[in-house]
Amino acid sequence: MLRLELRGEMSQPMVYLSPIFAVILTFIAGIVMFTFLGVDPVKAIITFFITPLNSLDGLAELFVKATPLVLIAVGLSFGFQANIWNIGAEGQLTIGALAGGGVALLFFNVDTPFLMPAMLVSGVLGGMAWAAIPAILKTKCGTNEILTSLMLTYVGLLVLSYLIHGPWKDPDGQNFPESRLFHDAAIIPIILDETRLHLGWIIALFGVAVAWVIMTRHMIGFQIRVIGLAPMAARFAGFKEKHIIWMTLMISGGAAGLAGTIEVSGPVGQIIPVISPGYGFTAIIVAFLGRLHPVGCLFAGLLMALTYLGGDNAQIEMNLPNAVTGVFQGMLLFFLLACDVLVRYRFRIGRLTKVADGANL
Amino acid sequence: MTDQIPRLELEGISKAYPGVIANENVSLKIMPGEIHALLGENGAGKSTLVKFIYGVQTADSGSFKWEGQEFAVANPSMARKLGIGMVFQHFSLFDALSVEENIAIGISPELAGDNLSQQIRDVSRQYGLPLDPDRFVHTLSVGERQRIEVVRCLLQNPKLLIMDEPTSVLTPQEVAELFKTLRRLSEEGVSILYISHKLQEIKDLCHVATIMRMGRVVDSCIPSEESPLSMAEMMMGVNLVSPEKPEKSAHGDPHLVVKNLSLQSDHQHGVDLKNINLEVCKGEVVGIAGIAGNGQIEVMEILTGEVLVEDPNSVLIGEICVGCEGPKFRRNAGLGFVPEERLGHGAVPEMSLWENAFLSGFQTMRLVSRGFIDVQKSIKYALSIVSKFNVKTPGIKHAANSLSGGNLQKFIFGREILQNPEVIVALQPTWGVDAGSAAFIRQSLMDLAAKGAAVLVISQDLHELFEVSDRIAVIYEGTVSSPRPAEDITVEEIGLLMAGISSEVELGLTADA
Repeated sequence: MLRLELRGEMSQPMVYLSPIFAVILTFIAGIVMFTFLGVDPVKAIITFFITPLNSLDGLAELFVKATPLVLIAVGLSFGFQANIWNIGAEGQLTIGALAGGGVALLFFNVDTPFLMPAMLVSGVLGGMAWAAIPAILKTKCGTNEILTSLMLTYVGLLVLSYLIHGPWKDPDGQNFPESRLFHDAAIIPIILDETRLHLGWIIALFGVAVAWVIMTRHMIGFQIRVIGLAPMAARFAGFKEKHIIWMTLMISGGAAGLAGTIEVSGPVGQIIPVISPGYGFTAIIVAFLGRLHPVGCLFAGLLMALTYLGGDNAQIEMNLPNAVTGVFQGMLLFFLLACDVLVRYRFRIGRLTKVADGANL
Repeated sequence: MTDQIPRLELEGISKAYPGVIANENVSLKIMPGEIHALLGENGAGKSTLVKFIYGVQTADSGSFKWEGQEFAVANPSMARKLGIGMVFQHFSLFDALSVEENIAIGISPELAGDNLSQQIRDVSRQYGLPLDPDRFVHTLSVGERQRIEVVRCLLQNPKLLIMDEPTSVLTPQEVAELFKTLRRLSEEGVSILYISHKLQEIKDLCHVATIMRMGRVVDSCIPSEESPLSMAEMMMGVNLVSPEKPEKSAHGDPHLVVKNLSLQSDHQHGVDLKNINLEVCKGEVVGIAGIAGNGQIEVMEILTGEVLVEDPNSVLIGEICVGCEGPKFRRNAGLGFVPEERLGHGAVPEMSLWENAFLSGFQTMRLVSRGFIDVQKSIKYALSIVSKFNVKTPGIKHAANSLSGGNLQKFIFGREILQNPEVIVALQPTWGVDAGSAAFIRQSLMDLAAKGAAVLVISQDLHELFEVSDRIAVIYEGTVSSPRPAEDITVEEIGLLMAGISSEVELGLTADA
């Protein structure tokens, strides 16, 4: 008989092995799913996970897609460690994109090297402003940030929709709901010729490094970890919960806003009705898959980016529905949560183990 | 009595948890009508054994004989059918229901018939346990609540009654009442398994004692022929030295002052504090006695700054008004504090020892430079705590929850004391701590006072308070009596104060005389 037994203490190897198990199980489940769909599973897996990576262009695309995921996930993991659940990164990304893109449109055709940094700063501030609403509501009225941040995502998308259907609509755009195409000074520089790989990837890597240092060596990270692990101990130390709520929501909102600006000034190049294919939500999975650790988020972000690319590829080459991407992302999170049980429990085969047989013989 | 069949006979009980052997080859024999003490430090394996007897847990091996017959008790309801009743340390009662309703919930349906209320009255009269079946539980004192649990057991005519730390929540007077009941039950042939740390009680009450240490039965004795000290030594396996009060000069000026402090609690079950006045001088230890839940936690939170008051003047450290300042400010003003809960309040369980040293020491020990943690300095600080306070640990990179209660408490005390506080406040400093560590901690509190610090100890343990304190006050329902010198106050007087019977009456009488 197979049964679960509580471990004496948390298994450190399992903390890192669990995501790997989850990936393997996702592969296996994927093969089963493709078989039932009547598709050659080997070909499907190759098309999904291998083909996108066998060209320089493909690799560059992987980094392009991973950029927003990594940035947002790293930001979110600060909040998640402190048990502050910002679910509205998608909304903060949207408002950040509008704030950054707004600067580009405001200074349309102004050619200055200061424009790009101004856009990025504005994007960060935009994301922070949107995250400030749940922060105020939580600290002043005790509302649940999960609900407020999530609902504000839909408000953010409506703001985007209003602007590109009205004031920010391209005057020469034949009435399409899109802004003007940004001029060159408002486009983020490409760092690898012949590809779309842009400076944003470097910013994301830099973000990972900064987050790692803050999390492990800075007072901010220490306070966040303490409040997440033992809220009473945080009170004992004199760390103020309200400060930490603000800090984490500003970090995650700012990172999402930055990712939004990078998206509109990079791969997209204008403000369009759909800026992100759900990066803000996918980043939640990335954060957990990456164990709320900045470097973990980097790898998890790359893996998730691959599911986007694979989905596109499978759609083009094998006529598979795009929903396959969502299925893979969902399965990955599902298996991760299931494998996480092994961090605290272990499998035992057989009945209760006898320790000592004696008196009753 | 020797030819009688034992009521309960356990042989060779073993139980292992992952990484710990809780019981190893434990044998126990309880005769009818015997009050049998189970003695041991925390973690000695008493709870595991009791859980097995009451069917809450299975053992890995061993035999269970009830009146000579072998049984396997699979669950508590089977244990109750055999005639085993248990009064837990933590009551499971519903505040919003009446006494009768609470009892009806916990017993078999056949018993909970129409005449339950009459039965409760009968049993409570018969055993001197006054209890009104129609009262609501939230209106009852802790002692009365315990009576509900006892009556609930007695209604089922138990042959063996297990009592887990029954007196930890009672006043000395209530303890005396309970003992009368237990003796009477014993005369009627009911066996009682009595679990406690309180050695004097065991000496007064119990016929036989079985002593456990580290999961094994190490000794047994007739408590009436032993002294509390000799039993403590058997329990710990060492010779005990009681702490010495250092010689000290006259006390200095008041250094921790609480003035006219009142605060309405915002917790549902919190205690409102009413007009508390208290002064702790440099170089003295003041103890506050009281039964848990009379405002100790609330007072502690206000002293540490985890809860702020409106009037900054109501709490002073030296000349500094700190009523509106948080814990960080107060630490800089020279306050050190040790909360009741070690894991999760005084320390972060999952964090390493050096990070836990950093937790409260980062300001006063200057462990932060430009917002960054100075890891080397923090590690050095943690190492000095471990060596000076005799903390047994495989290393300071191990998590706080890998330490035993006593070692972690020594670490926490060391962390506060090495910051050279001028004032230290400790709530239940030795709760759940092994006797060796407890003695060490008490000694270090007295040493700190001898060096000129003002020390306030809030505790339920009267022996501890008499041992360390220069003056003792009592907290009852949010009011604190004025402290009196430990030499001039007796346990009986404290008991009365703890039960809310004001000594003003007596004082008035003596004044008249």
